[in-house]
Amino acid sequence: MSARQFGDTILEVNNISLSFGVMKVLDNISFDIKKGEIRSIIGPNGAGKSSMLNVINGFYHPQEGTITFKGETRKAMAPHVAASHGIARTFQNIALFKGMSTLDNIMTGRNLKMKTNIFWQALHLGPARKEELENREAAERIIDFLDIQAIRKKPVGKLPYGLQKRVELGRALAAEPELLLLDEPMAGMNSEEKEDMSRFIIDVNDEFGTTIALIEHDMGVVMDLSDRVVVLDYGKQLADGFPEEVRANQKVIDAYLGVPHE
Amino acid sequence: MIYRETGQFKANYADDQALFPIAQDRYVIYAVLFATFAVVPMILNQYWLNAIILPFLIYSLAALGLNVLTGYCGQVSLGTGGFMAVGAFSIYKLMVAVPELGFITLVILSGIITAAVGALFGLPSLRIKGFYLAVATLASQFFLIWLFNKVGWFFNYNATGMITSPPMTIFGVLVTGPEATVTAKYFLVASIVAVFALVAKNLARGRFGRNWMAIRDMDIAAELIGVRPLIAKLSAFAVSSFYIGMAGALYFAVWLGSAEPTEAFDINQSFLVLFMIIIGGLGSVLGSFLGAGFLVLMPILLKNILVDGFGTDSALAAHIEIMTVGALIIIFLIVEPHGLARLWRIAKEKLRLWPFPY
Ligand SMILES: Nc1ncnc2c1ncn2[C@@H]1O[C@H](COP(=O)(O)OP(=O)(O)OP(=O)(O)O)[C@@H](O)[C@H]1O
Ligand SMILES: [Mg+2]
Repeated sequence: MSARQFGDTILEVNNISLSFGVMKVLDNISFDIKKGEIRSIIGPNGAGKSSMLNVINGFYHPQEGTITFKGETRKAMAPHVAASHGIARTFQNIALFKGMSTLDNIMTGRNLKMKTNIFWQALHLGPARKEELENREAAERIIDFLDIQAIRKKPVGKLPYGLQKRVELGRALAAEPELLLLDEPMAGMNSEEKEDMSRFIIDVNDEFGTTIALIEHDMGVVMDLSDRVVVLDYGKQLADGFPEEVRANQKVIDAYLGVPHE
Repeated sequence: MIYRETGQFKANYADDQALFPIAQDRYVIYAVLFATFAVVPMILNQYWLNAIILPFLIYSLAALGLNVLTGYCGQVSLGTGGFMAVGAFSIYKLMVAVPELGFITLVILSGIITAAVGALFGLPSLRIKGFYLAVATLASQFFLIWLFNKVGWFFNYNATGMITSPPMTIFGVLVTGPEATVTAKYFLVASIVAVFALVAKNLARGRFGRNWMAIRDMDIAAELIGVRPLIAKLSAFAVSSFYIGMAGALYFAVWLGSAEPTEAFDINQSFLVLFMIIIGGLGSVLGSFLGAGFLVLMPILLKNILVDGFGTDSALAAHIEIMTVGALIIIFLIVEPHGLARLWRIAKEKLRLWPFPY
């Protein structure tokens, strides 16, 4: 897949450093993501991968460095601002709205597309009703895409783990993001579920042209899906390049793979 | 299979989005509305209407309000009594100052004033959660009651510190004051409650309701999909206080007729309404009514059974009442946090299968 060609840079991470107290979680990290690519971030446990995503979508504020997204450079921003600029994500430990149905979770993902004021909402007439129906249709398209029609009205808290991960992807997709951050979307899945999820990720990337930043521990999946890979270890950037380059990189092999892979 | 979902296919999302997508549910609602406006006022005597139905309806409105905040948005509040007092004192001042606006307008204005006060007292919720927020709202309860006792302007420097609702009419019919009939009061209160129950249902099933629940269930994720905690929480406080303020206004102006803040709106009111939504069902419009009905009726039933039936000492009966409520709260919190509303849903699920067990 590394043969795919990409145009503009959508996201640029410049010399990001992040510490909690004396602990340096990210140390001078720089990489870019091009529009339309699938970019993986890998590294051993505690490497700082999730923290990197948290910096990108404004949940952590780095002490040093900047993020440039769609040409706009910033040091830090509030998460809802990142969302309104087109960044969506899923979480390593599922962060669904447990008391709500699948449909409501996905509809909440469309929050930023909905504008009618509380008075129309209170009446549920006119523009509020129209808006609700339009967004319902969009939500249903995502439900069809992810093949979760059967659990539409079920409270998500009671769904099996693999389905919850899928609903969470649906909620992120509902926002129609330009950049989708996926934090270990296949953790804890069996191989069949992993295949399904891989398929969805590829389809999202293909059909909607969504740029994807992916954190994943399964090397097979990473090598298959990624256009480029950045490797972190203890907050430091070990390598950055095409999957086969990264796989052949001795520093990566030593630090992360332990033994040469495959 | 008296009650069923299957076989009722929705041809489009508009039907599926409808308030009560299942036909049987719609019939129940029509039946309830018919009973409310045609049957109840015909068959129930003045005592029932005044002692049970009016407080039930008014507490339902307050419970709806607290449910928006606590049940839907997950923010605990112990300030309900204080906010009811804001509604009561608002309508008192308005009834004296601008009666020409009409009673319904004044009720809504009292709700709006309370909404503003509620949003103000909701500001700490942006920083603190759970237990600490509960304590902060408790402080607002005490502060508000103190204020209404202390500052003469609120009760127009009346020597007793009491407020008394002056007579007002709607379409020429008296609805407040000692001359107003219970039936007139009933129609007024039932209409307001019916309209605002519908509004609550509409809000709950739309964007605002979803955002409140998102904040309740996982505030970090909510923020990362663009739900602004500031707007979601303060709108929940405002809407909640709007309902509670109207309930307080009706409680004072229509039901009590005159009130003294410490007695009518003390901390016990806050707990009573909180217990209503816990027993009735957190995050449920129906639950607000069930909980209010239950806690208004239960003491009366218990008293009838214990004191009149078994000749129990009335002080002992009062203790038994408190213990029963306490036990129920614990049971519902542990076993069924979704309250009576959830039991109702389970019953419907059983009915769906009936008479076949599978
Ligand atoms: N909010 C925080 N406060 C303090 N330390 C934190 C915080 N968030 C992350 N860390 C620390 O930063 C380091 C990197 O964590 P991070 O979650 O980014 O790792 P990761 O690469 O995602 O690991 P994993 O593969 O286990 O998910 C860890 O040592 C973690 O304890
Ligand atoms: Mg992680």
